[in-house]
Amino acid sequence: MGVGDEMKDQLSFLGGFKLTLQHLTRPRVTTMYPEEKKPKQPRQHGRHVLNRYEDGMEKCIGCELCAGVCPADCIYVRGLDNPPDHPVSPGERYGYVYEINYLRCIHCDMCVEACPTEAITESKLFEFSFTNRSDAIYTKNELLVDDLGMPQKLPWEDWREGDDMMTSGWMRATSPSGNAAYEGEVQWSGELGYGVRAPEGGQSGRRDDEATGSKPLREVLEAHLLSEDIPLAHRGMQGRVWRAKMGAARNKRKMADTRARRLVQRAARKTAKSPEQD
Amino acid sequence: MIAALLSNVPASPDQGGGDPLFLRGLNWEVLLIVAIKVLVAFVALLVATALMIWFERKVISDMQSRVGPNRAGPWGLLQTLADGTKLIFKEDLLPERADSFVFKLAPYLSVIPAVLIFAVIPVGGIISLGSHTFELQVSDPPMGILFVLAMSGIAVYGVMLAGWSSGSKYPLLGSVRASAQVISYEAALGMSVVTVVLVSHSLSTRAIVAAQSNGFWNWNLIRLGFLPFIFFMIAITAELTRPPFDLTEAEQELVGGFHTEYSSIRFGLFFLAEFMNTITMSAVVVTLFFGGPNGPIPHAVPGATIFLPIIYFLLKTVAFCFIYVWFRAALPRLRYDQLMDLGWKRLIPLTLAWLLMVASVVTWRWGGLIMLPVVLVAAVLLTRANQLGSGRSEEDAIIPPVGRRVTSAPRLSPAAPQGGDA
Repeated sequence: MGVGDEMKDQLSFLGGFKLTLQHLTRPRVTTMYPEEKKPKQPRQHGRHVLNRYEDGMEKCIGCELCAGVCPADCIYVRGLDNPPDHPVSPGERYGYVYEINYLRCIHCDMCVEACPTEAITESKLFEFSFTNRSDAIYTKNELLVDDLGMPQKLPWEDWREGDDMMTSGWMRATSPSGNAAYEGEVQWSGELGYGVRAPEGGQSGRRDDEATGSKPLREVLEAHLLSEDIPLAHRGMQGRVWRAKMGAARNKRKMADTRARRLVQRAARKTAKSPEQD
Repeated sequence: MIAALLSNVPASPDQGGGDPLFLRGLNWEVLLIVAIKVLVAFVALLVATALMIWFERKVISDMQSRVGPNRAGPWGLLQTLADGTKLIFKEDLLPERADSFVFKLAPYLSVIPAVLIFAVIPVGGIISLGSHTFELQVSDPPMGILFVLAMSGIAVYGVMLAGWSSGSKYPLLGSVRASAQVISYEAALGMSVVTVVLVSHSLSTRAIVAAQSNGFWNWNLIRLGFLPFIFFMIAITAELTRPPFDLTEAEQELVGGFHTEYSSIRFGLFFLAEFMNTITMSAVVVTLFFGGPNGPIPHAVPGATIFLPIIYFLLKTVAFCFIYVWFRAALPRLRYDQLMDLGWKRLIPLTLAWLLMVASVVTWRWGGLIMLPVVLVAAVLLTRANQLGSGRSEEDAIIPPVGRRVTSAPRLSPAAPQGGDA
């Protein structure tokens, strides 16, 4: 190492000045939270819903497996025999009492995994708050989906578009029996209001990333991988072209989203300004 | 205000300094002009400080790809006002072990020098109003630049006493660091100011600015050969304890440094003083090296002689405020030994050498040629001495290091016998 190199090494901190100036022109990473929200992950764990079949029957059979598996001890279930003349669920018993205490719930989704009938699943809503302890306990009436299979939107909850979509889809990433041949097979019934969700990629190799909204980790975290772990198509010049294409597509989508949001906001402002004109 | 008045006693012209306002004695009109100047400067400085805090937060967040304050007022301009209001209404705590009088005094010792320094900064040209001619500067004492050094020296007392009177260990550590740091860098600061004084032949800030008029090539930045400016910038950043020299309030190490125990408006005053100092020191740099309010003035434009100098001054000062923020965004904090190394081993010898060169050139045109070999020899000797010193380990020391047990054998060697009676 020569004297010049040593000098260069000692003065390398000057690079910080260049970097900070470059950052002045870069786009901001901040999301203006209450007004603007980042899209939620396809498997976001949020407030629970209790599902029903298309004929209106409840899926819950009152087996209390969810309560048993819950590590936070936040679920309280009591099962009761179905009345023979007007049964609530297709089986022998149904969930007579179903309560979830959201001051305890850690949204681990163990209850969803334990449920044999896909009766309890999670929506993507997490923005709800309470001013006293008793309000935090959701009863069965509040958790149960409506006739269209949509979660009830309670007044203190901040539902955004897409929060109530595909609430149970992630279950089908693996088959309950553990047999790869059954991946993507619907075990009990389709989701009320949405039909059957496309299976996520698993052991069987069947996957539809576009439909499920999932991204392969090797693409998302490519910058952090060793070069030999990066797929051949994404290395070198080929990879640059691919990344540029992906970036352009992403930017286009973002622009379209922003424009749509602006239009909605403007329309909302207009209607708010002149409420009694029409 | 009284101090400002007293220092305005007209001086003889050869000394430089002295406001022409006082040449025809004192009367109520003169007093009124002085009072208005004081008031305008004070209010402007307070507003500028509020804007500076906003500016720093905005710029630093821009440099980190964030947005920064944007809720209070347009672009978050009123954020400082909101923060200040909050601080005023917060509970004021006094630690049980604190020395209450000194504890309450310290914030004011910090703020008052910060305000006073601005009084000697020329912010514009000389203007005439009716029969009165006066300088756009609160006061123009003949020893102006010494006043700046004195005030920045006094400001250390605020920090020191705050840490000491808190009766708590982290503030004490912070204030000990602060006082050592500021004293170390004051020497380098003073010597780079002396180079300016040597070529300006005056201590008055107005005269220093006047000596740099007629084009930017007369600015001290160029006349003194850039280096004193760089030394001054480093020393003043350390003096302000701003990043990368912010060891006094290194959040990660000292829980906020000397003002850990302060809350409410007393903390607000320290905060205010810090940012006020940033502005005033930017203004001092502009005055010393960048010709203050000097700049090209087209005389065809009406009012240009009054407003353009103020605009030039503001632009230059804002540029330096930006540079301080840029320092904070770009540079990592120094370690304490690096700080002391930079101050004592690099900055003080360098400023001293440059001072000698400038002095010899000022005395005789070719004096620099004689001084240059002397300086070079001294530089080589010093570098060699530093090399020898840094290569030496503690074992070679003639005097054993204080506070450490001198052991003959390494304590952790496997052959060492175990304690007998354990």
